Amino acid sequence: MESEQLNKSSEIEATVPVIEPGHTFASVTDKISAIVLTQRTPRFWYVGFGLSFILVLVLLFGTAYLLTMGVGVWGINIPVGWGFAIVNFVWWIGIGHAGTLISAILLLLRQKWRQSINRFAEAMTLFAVACAGMFPLLHLGRPWYAYWLFPYPSTMGIQPQFRSPLVWDVFAVSTYFTVSLLFWYMGLIPDLATMRDQARRRFARFAYGILAMGWRGSAIHWHRYEIAYLLMAGLATPLVVSVHTVVSFDFAVGLVPGWHSTIFPPYFVAGAIYSGFAMVLTLAIPLRKLYGLEDFITLRHLKNMGEVMLATGLIVAYGYIMETFSAWYSGNIYEQYMMWNRLFGPYWYMYWALILFNILVPQALWFRTVRTNPVALFIIAICVNIGMWLERYVIVVVSLSRDFLPSSWGMYSATVWDYAIFVGSIGLFVCLLFLFIRVLPMISIFEMRELVHDTEESR
Amino acid sequence: MTLPGSEKTKEHSIYGLMAEFGQPEALLEAAHRSFAEGYRRMDAYSPFPIDGLAEAIGFHKTRIPLLVLIGGIIGCVGGFYLQYWVSVIDYPLNIGGRPLNSWPMFIPVTFELTILVAALSAVLGLLALNGLPMPYHPVFNVERFQMATRNRFFLCIESADPKFDYEATRRFLESVAPQGVYEVER
Repeated sequence: MESEQLNKSSEIEATVPVIEPGHTFASVTDKISAIVLTQRTPRFWYVGFGLSFILVLVLLFGTAYLLTMGVGVWGINIPVGWGFAIVNFVWWIGIGHAGTLISAILLLLRQKWRQSINRFAEAMTLFAVACAGMFPLLHLGRPWYAYWLFPYPSTMGIQPQFRSPLVWDVFAVSTYFTVSLLFWYMGLIPDLATMRDQARRRFARFAYGILAMGWRGSAIHWHRYEIAYLLMAGLATPLVVSVHTVVSFDFAVGLVPGWHSTIFPPYFVAGAIYSGFAMVLTLAIPLRKLYGLEDFITLRHLKNMGEVMLATGLIVAYGYIMETFSAWYSGNIYEQYMMWNRLFGPYWYMYWALILFNILVPQALWFRTVRTNPVALFIIAICVNIGMWLERYVIVVVSLSRDFLPSSWGMYSATVWDYAIFVGSIGLFVCLLFLFIRVLPMISIFEMRELVHDTEESR
Repeated sequence: MTLPGSEKTKEHSIYGLMAEFGQPEALLEAAHRSFAEGYRRMDAYSPFPIDGLAEAIGFHKTRIPLLVLIGGIIGCVGGFYLQYWVSVIDYPLNIGGRPLNSWPMFIPVTFELTILVAALSAVLGLLALNGLPMPYHPVFNVERFQMATRNRFFLCIESADPKFDYEATRRFLESVAPQGVYEVER
């Protein structure tokens, strides 16, 4: 059945394979493990790690200042009480979604091309969710009381309010992080065993050996492993859809015009996948070039990701159109004013920049030459990253700044501390990724061996 | 204590005999033949999952799906009950006379906890059934075995097998066209 499906797209298969021919079990193993074990750490790694680490220091400084002075150092105030913190939270968590989508949904759909990008896409998910989780905690004002969000036998005799989407969010995001971590680690175990056996240095052997937990590639273990992996994919698939749905409930359950809308859950999930694939492309295109992994991450991967971006981008565009339509069709003065305010109000440039980056620029993906051109794809991916951030800014800030009563309107502008923590979180994300590609195989080695095996059989 | 050299001690002092193969098909073939020959206590080792290999050495069923189902049910029932207990029994809040057991509002957290406990039981169940973490295992005593995570395929017939006989088993393994046969020390 699989081969039939592949035959249908045999034209693409023939021109751009998912793995360049001529690779053996040994060559994929050596090539991927050598990046970590034997190759000299390239100069760009030191530069990239160094620069991102500077941003981590900015994050630490910004956070320390925030904790000392309180959330008043941010631009938030009434009516705009959510500001950058929530914009960044939604943006980061959306980015995370592509990793789970690639590792779980594409696995269930038997998309072989996922195998060379799932590992670092999953790592990206973890780091993005870690960055995301930071923001609501800091936004609490007193993060050291964050455990109040969980039900526990407290001496105060109080309990969380389970009818609040904000409590749902706590459960959704912490479940998402835990499951992503388990899924990622489970996928890593056989590769950690490979690293243990390939490593020549004593400390590396020891460290990988501990992490591999004594994996020996037994047929019985593999049998259980494959079933458990499939089940994890089946669990992660509805989870990933639920997480951004719950995030969208934070808005949709509220009454603010621009938030109170039933289209939010599907439109948020599509937007999350959209921004996530944009981030995967943003990372994959330079990485494959710098580490010479063009054999494993081929143009076919880039083209497929471009197509996913185009499709989800169109869903997002539909969401914008329907938001505008239902605002007009509702006949509700507040909804209509909200839309007018977005298009022509004081933040008009944010909305039009969003349309430019998120809707207009990605239409170039209709052209095959664009989808197979790494540079063009990279530029579009960056545009989508910016566009999706602007979308959340428009939803959070512009909606809050002008609600029902003109007397309670107010403007929001971010302070230097908002920017410091936002830029710092990007630094943290990039820094963690640099550490990841330095110490762990960034492509799943055993799945590449399977791919070699399958392509040999089909020949 | 055992005396060195005799047949009997050899069978007890080693963990088993291991054959090495260069291709997954050769390993699969050898596994089938060993099972047909009557060996049951054996294991095959490969750098990636091979379709039908576990079945070839006589392993068919795994309890992982059942564990995940049980985990999911515990997460689901436990998650709902947690919210019911908090909202109805331990900390009831009368808001405009609305029902305390507002179950539709409890669905998202119930769902998340279902997934969480099911996923935890999948991964922890996998590790527990596989007996991992296992810091020491005799197969690692074979020097060539470190290729089992690269590009080599191994079949190990354990000395605990009732049919295991050092000479006969060695002769049998040599007959299935391996690239080498090794003793696995305990």
